[in-house]
Amino acid sequence: MGFEGKVKAEVKVKTKAKAKIKGQVKTINHYIIRMEKEMATYHLMTPLTEDVVRKLYVRDAVFLNGTIFGIRDLTQIRIFHHKTDPPVSLQGAACIHTAPSLKKVGDRWEKICVGTTTSGRMDRFTPGLMEKYGVRAIIGKGGQYQASLEAMKMFGGCYLAIVGGAAALETNQIVEVEKVYWEDIHPEALYQFKVKDFGPLTVAMDSHGNHLYYEVRAEAEKRLPEIYKRLGITT
Amino acid sequence: MGKEIFLNEGGKGMAPFSYPLVEETAKELYIRALKILPPDVREALKKAYDKETNPTGKETLKTILQNVEVADNQNMLICQDTGLPIYMVKIGSRFPVDGARVASALKEGAKRATLEHPFRGSSTHPVTRVNPQTSVGEGLPIIYWEFVPENDYLDILMIPKGSGSENMSAMKMFIPADGIAAVKKFVIDTVLQSGANPCPPGVIGVGIGGTADLVGKLAKEAIARPVGSHNHDPFFAKMEDELYEAINSLGFGPMGLGGAVSTLAVHIEWAYTHITLNPVAVNTQCWPARRARAKIYPDGKVEYGF
Repeated sequence: MGFEGKVKAEVKVKTKAKAKIKGQVKTINHYIIRMEKEMATYHLMTPLTEDVVRKLYVRDAVFLNGTIFGIRDLTQIRIFHHKTDPPVSLQGAACIHTAPSLKKVGDRWEKICVGTTTSGRMDRFTPGLMEKYGVRAIIGKGGQYQASLEAMKMFGGCYLAIVGGAAALETNQIVEVEKVYWEDIHPEALYQFKVKDFGPLTVAMDSHGNHLYYEVRAEAEKRLPEIYKRLGITT
Repeated sequence: MGKEIFLNEGGKGMAPFSYPLVEETAKELYIRALKILPPDVREALKKAYDKETNPTGKETLKTILQNVEVADNQNMLICQDTGLPIYMVKIGSRFPVDGARVASALKEGAKRATLEHPFRGSSTHPVTRVNPQTSVGEGLPIIYWEFVPENDYLDILMIPKGSGSENMSAMKMFIPADGIAAVKKFVIDTVLQSGANPCPPGVIGVGIGGTADLVGKLAKEAIARPVGSHNHDPFFAKMEDELYEAINSLGFGPMGLGGAVSTLAVHIEWAYTHITLNPVAVNTQCWPARRARAKIYPDGKVEYGF
């Protein structure tokens, strides 16, 4: 995989600093409008470089082209608990928490339905994937936690949220199942998928320490007392 | 979509009701549920798209609608999680039927859907974690029975229940002194804890009353209702609206990435309980709130719907 990561930004990228300086975010509506203007959409080629990943901020949209790797609980248990290096380089890779339904026809694997599984279960593995194997993006649903966020900051990684449940679309965006490594643990093996315009993926954790799920959660908690009050709940 | 489809017109030349027909219908129902999203769910998702103001949320709902379209046009599964099969069966009193044979036909039908379509089976031994790739096994499929006076047909509602949302379900035995406020708080807090995991915006099913087992079943029946329908009791119907408004005020948005639409509906089912009990259960359903229904008549006619 010798080709360089390529980036094509359709809109100017906002920075956290810029958002803070503006300081004019008074209401939720204003906030949304500002985001609409400054959210960027990227079409990225894999493998991803650190430069490219560091350009991404939460709420940006990403479409991937090239190769992505499908991983799951057992795949990572084999890598980290059984200390087995992956049989293919994951340098600059985008790894998806995948839920594959495939069938083997002769020597080839064909897709039936490929979707995404909940990322929370696999939080413990992300720092290792980034530090030891050079993985740059985790694609999943539901997000991951603090240790993963720290790893993304340190090594230049990101978490890309896919639309969970939208497996029909996802399956269509997978052009081909290029290779299945560790077939003995299918459907939790290591999958190499060729993808075209794979997305939209939302940057939900970036390399600058931003965590969209935490932000949304914090906002929800801020609104909670008022909601309790309306429902007649005394705490 | 939305129209009832007559697969087997019955009448002259048709085979009358038989257990192989129940098996065939159970298989067909599983596959239909995985591919054809009910019209009320589509409608709710479209409304959600119109209502959503957050750009990420809107983009997410657009992708969801696109996905439903792709599944329709290319005859594909909406979601890869084919779930655990649940069959809710209503036996009409004017339709004498052998329940045991219906049960085994449903099990065989679910298994055949998995093997013959084929799609991923998710049923797994709870300790060894061995997956037979059949979607069934000890205790599965889940079958609920109900008996309805007057009806002269067998009504089967099939729900493939995915794990992303099922994993976020919760129940609690409150005491009577905690009152209805504790019940409401539990619903809100459960949704808050679930965050982005259950693929919102889906349906929040709430069970109130009964026993520890019944309250869970009530919550499941709640998610099985058409999206946006109301409980027959005005008190609980009002509470459904209240909780719906409250959950959407949290701002979680589609896929928990922020936005105005966090849930499509809150449905409550309830039952009388013990003087000392105050149980509540939340069953979470993801945005592909999948279900398929069939009515089987004595003459062998099968009517599919939702």
